[in-house]
Amino acid sequence: MNKKSSLMSRLAGAPYIVWAALFIIVPLCMVAYYAFTDTTGAFTFDNVSGIGKYADTFILSIWLGLLATVICLFVAYPLAYIMAAKGPEKQSTMTMLIMLPMWMNFLLRTYSWMTILEDNGLLTTAINSAINLINDTILANNALSFSLDPVHLINTRGAVVVGMVYNFLPYMILPIYTVMLKTDRSLIEAAQDLGGNKLAVFKNVTIPLTVPGIVSGFTMVFVPSVSTFYISQKLGGTGTILIGDIIETQFQTANNFNLGASLSFVLMILIFICLAVMNRFSDDDGGVII
Amino acid sequence: MSNNIIELKNISVAFDGQQIIENMNLYIRDKEFITFLGPSGCGKTTTLRMIAGFQEPDSGDVIFDGKIINGVPPHKRQLNTIFQRYALFPHLNVYENIAFGLRLKKTPEKEIKEAVTEMLELINLKGFERRSISSLSGGQQQRVAIARALVVKPRVLLLDEPLGALDLKLRKDMQVELKNIQKRLGITFIYVTHDQEEALSMSDTIVVMDSGVIQQIGTPTDIYNEPKNAFVADFIGESNIIEGVMRADFWVEMAGHKFKCLDKGFGVDEKVDVVVRPEDVDVVPVENAMISGVVTSITFKGVYYEIIVEIKGFKWMIQSTEFQEVGSTIGINVEPDAIHIMKKSQYSGLYGDYSSFSEEFDELSDATVYEEEDE
Repeated sequence: MNKKSSLMSRLAGAPYIVWAALFIIVPLCMVAYYAFTDTTGAFTFDNVSGIGKYADTFILSIWLGLLATVICLFVAYPLAYIMAAKGPEKQSTMTMLIMLPMWMNFLLRTYSWMTILEDNGLLTTAINSAINLINDTILANNALSFSLDPVHLINTRGAVVVGMVYNFLPYMILPIYTVMLKTDRSLIEAAQDLGGNKLAVFKNVTIPLTVPGIVSGFTMVFVPSVSTFYISQKLGGTGTILIGDIIETQFQTANNFNLGASLSFVLMILIFICLAVMNRFSDDDGGVII
Repeated sequence: MSNNIIELKNISVAFDGQQIIENMNLYIRDKEFITFLGPSGCGKTTTLRMIAGFQEPDSGDVIFDGKIINGVPPHKRQLNTIFQRYALFPHLNVYENIAFGLRLKKTPEKEIKEAVTEMLELINLKGFERRSISSLSGGQQQRVAIARALVVKPRVLLLDEPLGALDLKLRKDMQVELKNIQKRLGITFIYVTHDQEEALSMSDTIVVMDSGVIQQIGTPTDIYNEPKNAFVADFIGESNIIEGVMRADFWVEMAGHKFKCLDKGFGVDEKVDVVVRPEDVDVVPVENAMISGVVTSITFKGVYYEIIVEIKGFKWMIQSTEFQEVGSTIGINVEPDAIHIMKKSQYSGLYGDYSSFSEEFDELSDATVYEEEDE
């Protein structure tokens, strides 16, 4: 009986094991293979050891990814908090509003930001006309001898971060929101009961209890942000080259699979280290789910 | 100055147009152990939440120590709650859970340590400081919840069915322990339960509630011996509630026989509800009996047999130490002091007949309610 059921459960798990082997293990091995071989297929450390010259790009990618993730966190957390406090009907409407952009094509969404941030785009035009107005006023009153420069938004690092935040925000909101929904209401009441005002309850109970959601959201935003190439290409111009762009170039135009693979390999390890640090951080506070 | 610590005046609460509590008036004396007893949905938990500050009354006043506290948030009230599922903080260990309230008050670390150690001794969990909440058994979690609430020295402790999740043996132990803690600390306990036995064994005062209305307030013996209406008689313990007619003072007629009783002050020929507790019915030979009937079922309960007897179309429950054959005719006597007469009420005829009686079914449906609450 027992044997039979364990056989059954193994059989049931088989498709997943095959899937995992084919699409996770094998590709990983291939990346590792390319990373440590040269064009002839001979084993070499040259690819990995030559990566030093991309150090700046790595640092920039991680920095921008981190920045976007932290911004996402600060935008998503209050939003998730408000959502979780609403009635079920409003909740589903708000979830819908957050999900809706995700159903639109990713490329299209990034493109639309180009038209917003372009020099004669929507946002830039609006800001610059406001600046002109201020400059005119200053000039007319002869008050001060300075004027504001018109802003330039597209092809800046800021634009790349905006693109990352916009595209990946839902991945931060949803895990935090889900954890908040599951939070036992009586824990909040218990904290109030023991003398906690709203701020104390939020600090001592709500935030610690939602750490798993924060960690999970952090991972889901940070990983794609660090390795993105499309957002930086479209919104960052030639000035903001991220590691994703370089990897893409190796495969698409330079045809240097070995360098591309080794870059990917190192990026993976760096992300791993970042998340491990993050996990260690939250381990003290309680359980962690990735 | 009265010694009422809490007063509820003309309280009404409705949720979504449904009346939960209707014009309730209640006085709670300082240092007493008072229990709100009633079936689920009777408004007992709502009343408790109103005292704690989690629920505001639609109308009426909540008065604490002579001051109206409507609108005062829970964290500013001098009372603490033990929640149904304990509501211990899963991200904190035992020590930090108990210290939680003191930390919010910015108590010096040294005093916190002393107070928590003292509490751990009180609840017999010394050495559990660093344990995580999830590693504790239900009974231990219960104790931690009690310590967490008591450490901030509340004047009133509110307990919302605190023993509901424990098994029977543990529940009995905890009943004794809670009562001891209450006596030792000399603070007011307001206890909510649907378990009549729990209420009878722990309380100084019991408030029986149904459909948002207080049915009776009294000591456990009052409530048991002199229930005000059929609802109270049925809810507290087992009762046969028989339709009767007062023929004169001290004389009631039921089941075709005139019984002597101790009640008076009813109108001549007034229809009444007569309560006879199953343990107060004597089984006697038919020829000496006041009334007689046919045994329809018998169940062994350990200390006694539970016998259902049909007398004039009404099924009585009798608890007797002697076995009776199903189908046999037995005689019954009821002594005057075993009879309690109640005025007719809206509950007349709804309770106290054992014709559709099935204890197993009752217990089963109780258990399902619990599992649903667990979710």
